Amino acid sequence: MDYVAERWQQIAFASWQHFSLVAQCVILATVIAVALAMVCYRSERLREFANGLTAVGLTIPSFALIGLLITPLGFGVLPAVVVLTFYAILPILRNAVVGLSSVPSALVESARGIGMSRTATFFRVELPMAWPVILTGMRISSQMVMGVAAIAAYVLGPGLGGLIFSGLSRQGGANALASVVTAVIGVIVVAMILDAILALIGRLTISRGLRV
Amino acid sequence: MSSQASAEGQQNGQGAGQEVTGVPILLDGVTKQYGSKSAPAVDHLTLEIPAGSTVMFVGPSGCGKTTTMKMINRLIEPTEGSIVIDGEDVTTMNGDELRRRMGYVIQAGGLFPHMTVAANIGMVPKMLGWDKQRIASRVDELLELVSLDPGQYRDRYPKQLSGGQQQRVGVARALAADPPVLLMDEPFGAVDPITRQRLQEEMISIQQELKKTIVIVTHDIDEAVKLGDWVVVFDEGAHIQQYDSPERILSDPANDFVADFVGRGAGLKTLGLARVHEVPRMEAVVVTPEQTPAEALRQAEESGHGHVLVLDKQQRPIAWPSVEQLRRAEKLPHIHEENLPVVGTGATLEDALDTMLVSRAGAALVVGARGRFEGVVDLDTVMETLRDRRAGENQPKAPVGTNDEDITLERSPETGEITIVPSGGGAR
Repeated sequence: MDYVAERWQQIAFASWQHFSLVAQCVILATVIAVALAMVCYRSERLREFANGLTAVGLTIPSFALIGLLITPLGFGVLPAVVVLTFYAILPILRNAVVGLSSVPSALVESARGIGMSRTATFFRVELPMAWPVILTGMRISSQMVMGVAAIAAYVLGPGLGGLIFSGLSRQGGANALASVVTAVIGVIVVAMILDAILALIGRLTISRGLRV
Repeated sequence: MSSQASAEGQQNGQGAGQEVTGVPILLDGVTKQYGSKSAPAVDHLTLEIPAGSTVMFVGPSGCGKTTTMKMINRLIEPTEGSIVIDGEDVTTMNGDELRRRMGYVIQAGGLFPHMTVAANIGMVPKMLGWDKQRIASRVDELLELVSLDPGQYRDRYPKQLSGGQQQRVGVARALAADPPVLLMDEPFGAVDPITRQRLQEEMISIQQELKKTIVIVTHDIDEAVKLGDWVVVFDEGAHIQQYDSPERILSDPANDFVADFVGRGAGLKTLGLARVHEVPRMEAVVVTPEQTPAEALRQAEESGHGHVLVLDKQQRPIAWPSVEQLRRAEKLPHIHEENLPVVGTGATLEDALDTMLVSRAGAALVVGARGRFEGVVDLDTVMETLRDRRAGENQPKAPVGTNDEDITLERSPETGEITIVPSGGGAR
């Protein structure tokens, strides 16, 4: 406890950075994933392709990927953001494709039939209806990427990962265990806060008509 | 109403009210072919849909009736031929703009579940750039038209409505911008039989008020003859087997295909076509509750009637006692009797016959607006009306409908009537 009390500011700052890194990457990933889903949800073959890609992508060990990116991208925030966004895209893309393709075709036809353009149909009908599923994807992503973000410390990225790595490298030394435990608890707390925020966003943005 | 009328005038170029607000539609040699080898889904269809009439497309599934309807608003683009609406060729105009000028209703309404009833109905006006207040008042007006209380239903979501209510909102949404044309794809297919019957009745009365040009796709011949001014019976490839009035489709099928499709009981179905207001009404012996049974009896004997009708001050039937009942009675009934054999003027002869068969008098009381008594109909008068209808006389000529390729259409400049001129040369 002394450990935490002494380094309170440092831990709080790292937690904030961790949170901010994950949140921003998830937002970025959502935009990219929805754009990708928009391209491929109409075609059976592209849907299969997207699903295959997400399945394969999730099997790549994050530690390996982050190490591989040192060569082209160097150290710091950039490789961390790239890796996090990459992993965050996968569940969101999968959910977005499922959500968009499960909008009943009769509804799309009805939207077109009353004179909505293809773009208007997408943004006013299909996207709002797929939104709950996409948001679920965002929650899964943010949980998953929380852990990956800790590894971003390996490339000197921001966040709580630094405490874990420094703790592990000083195994047996003073405060080594405390450092790791604090960081892990920090990650869990940050993850819970972000999840709560996303749940709240869901409350506010999912049409009541879809919940009743 | 005046501001409303001017607004509607902009939409369809015609006045509102009892006049025809629909416009004529002409499919001119329209073909839809999927792939180059297969038989066309719609084969050189030329079809005239008169302004302000309800035209029913019927046929077995896969006959091309839905494809034909979707080509009218170009949800499906025709491979060949042109679509002319109100004299304007719309085959190449912007499809979205075209569709905003037409109402479109699909099975179960096709409402957007994430939007309220009001937002659903207001969708098209919003796209057309109406201001909020005008949209809101239009929404309320339409909800009333389809018999839903605006205060109660405006802010509900589609999932909070029954199937029939959703269908009503679907119709309201289609009518939102007061389009001259309404296209309906199996509109009453997803509701239970009782609700369907009620929705059909409402559709008839809405159409009597609005006089739009309506095209309805259905596979149900009963629905077709009930709702349609004209019925097209299609076979595969949208080949017209018969395009005629419901009466003639029932009484004079063009070929075996139509006869099979109509099925048994064509005569009985005719009962569902005629309405009580077409039947001549007979008078009744009318008394007020204040009179004595003896007076009533005397009146009945004078005119030779077996029953006496007691009416209240608003001319609504209270009771319809027989002469025997009057002899036993000490005074005339004051309280409205339930289960009186009453039919409205808009009821079908089928309903009227049903009422008569269970009534003690073997006849039915006809009531008009606000339940006012208008006369009596009995079995004989109904039969007579049916005989006249089956003769099929004084019915207008059926609109043009053919799959023939070698024709030219000619429009008479005075009447706007379209006639077929066969091109004898046979160029192809």
